Amino acid sequence: MVTRTSVLGVVARTFVASFLLALAVVVIYPLLWMVLNGFKTNSELFGNPFALPLQFTWENYAKAWNRGVSSYLMTSILVTVTATIATVFISAWAAYGLTRMQIPFSRTVLALILGGLMLAPAVALIPLVRMFQALGLYNTFWALLILYVAFRIPFTTFLIRAYMVDLPVEIDEAAAVDGAGKARAFWSIVLPMCKPILVSSVILNILFTWNEYLFAMVFTSGGDLQTLPIGLTNLMSKHGTEYPVVFAGMTIAAVPVILLFFLTQKYFVRGLADGVGK
Amino acid sequence: MSAPLQTAPSSTAPAAPLLPRTVDAGARRPRRPRGWVWVAPALLVLGVFVYLPLLQNLQYSVMKWDIYAGGSSFVGLANYEKLAGDPVFWRALLNNTAYAAVSLVCQVFGALLLAALVEGLRSERWRRALRAVYFVPSAISLTVAGLLFYFVYEPELGILNALLRGVGLDGLTQAWLGQEGTAIWAVITMSQWQGFGYSTLLFAIAIQRIPQDLYDAASLDGVGPIRRFLQVTVPLTREMTGLMIIVTLSGAFQVFNEVMVMTSGGPNNSSQVLVSWLYRMGFGRNDFGYAAAIATVIFVLTLGVALLQLAITRKRRVEW
Repeated sequence: MVTRTSVLGVVARTFVASFLLALAVVVIYPLLWMVLNGFKTNSELFGNPFALPLQFTWENYAKAWNRGVSSYLMTSILVTVTATIATVFISAWAAYGLTRMQIPFSRTVLALILGGLMLAPAVALIPLVRMFQALGLYNTFWALLILYVAFRIPFTTFLIRAYMVDLPVEIDEAAAVDGAGKARAFWSIVLPMCKPILVSSVILNILFTWNEYLFAMVFTSGGDLQTLPIGLTNLMSKHGTEYPVVFAGMTIAAVPVILLFFLTQKYFVRGLADGVGK
Repeated sequence: MSAPLQTAPSSTAPAAPLLPRTVDAGARRPRRPRGWVWVAPALLVLGVFVYLPLLQNLQYSVMKWDIYAGGSSFVGLANYEKLAGDPVFWRALLNNTAYAAVSLVCQVFGALLLAALVEGLRSERWRRALRAVYFVPSAISLTVAGLLFYFVYEPELGILNALLRGVGLDGLTQAWLGQEGTAIWAVITMSQWQGFGYSTLLFAIAIQRIPQDLYDAASLDGVGPIRRFLQVTVPLTREMTGLMIIVTLSGAFQVFNEVMVMTSGGPNNSSQVLVSWLYRMGFGRNDFGYAAAIATVIFVLTLGVALLQLAITRKRRVEW
């Protein structure tokens, strides 16, 4: 790009490179500190904060696991898997209808579904609590599942619809000629072709559900059904003096999503790019 | 110089997630009610669990609840009048505004500059590694990030005070989350740490879509890196910048998670934000009507931002 290599350019590039590296250290060091603190004893923790743990034992991790983290983890996995599947399925189904069917008032339908993108979940919070209490679903797994699906349909439908719009309609018509009905065409032709955007949608929904806090806190505060974000704050308040155990719990909560991000970066970035820039 | 740039907007995809495309495939077919089968599940779920409670919230905001007797009565605008005279509400609104301002500087303009610096590196391996590393805090939850920084700021075992002592700035060490003057700023700072990688990644994607010839042409014309940034990168990522402004503003008025984890709005309500105050009023004091009035303010603010986005996108489309 730059053909001219002046002294000034070298100085500037060195400066930029050092700045970018320093920023990377600012990002990584606190995370590293978190993982290392999970291996320390309480007295080590209150000693030199920059010191390495004297020995790497899994004791704190085991303690965290046995003090509820295993159950929070199971709940998180269960809610994340079911909510993600339901959201992506309902959204893909709706996206197919929106792109392939001529529905009365279709513009209104589209505006209603995508309009949900503009609404802040907190605004619906108080009525939702009373509604779920009336339905007998407050403090149940179903409350979280329903809410996560409802509030993620707009974004997910938006993503999948934008992808489906670009698929040629001739494919469906060829299927119709072969005698396949609309539902068949959806399942066996259109859905497989949407695989890239479906994978992106799944990843973005996993990330959202795994980390969600407001609904999880309000709708499962009393029961023994808690996801990791809520469970971690419990771990903190219940075993407040044993900070290393809290650090171990935080690490257990963070590792799965960091792994997911690094393993699926390609789809991840694509989903984000399509979500905001298509 | 600027003439060829204006003819290339097609390369920067128009960012319009909120603007429905009106031209749909299959427009030739007759309108059949059977199509409803496809959109009914989504509409039903949204109608019952998103739109209905939204309307109910407006209704709640003009009611007063007697939580023990179980009844409620119409009180007109009393909840809103109470809101106008509530210093904590104004404090919360101010804190949200501070959140928005700092996030605009760091996560929009700072992130754009940062993305340009990263994408300007020659090694593709380094570009990819830095983008990924900066994003990691956005992958972990705000709960984990908030708890982590609770400890970072902790006066006794935290690394921030230890660092200050290490470089001889003992005078600056303090209980960052425990003082009214610093608590909200400490939370906002954590939030920048957590979120800047996300917008940097998005800006990096936008910059990658700019045709390389534009940069090459500018270089051949003897345009230096700073002017290349201002004359090529900034105008050609305008769509993404506009979108990030909207997303950041809207998010800044919905902040909750990190405040609850780090300070619960304290000390002395100094770090309260709109949603945490709504939560306290609704579930701490069971004052549903008042909480609903706070929710209406959040609704108006976030909807206003979204409509602004729609208006800008429409206008831009007309210009093309």
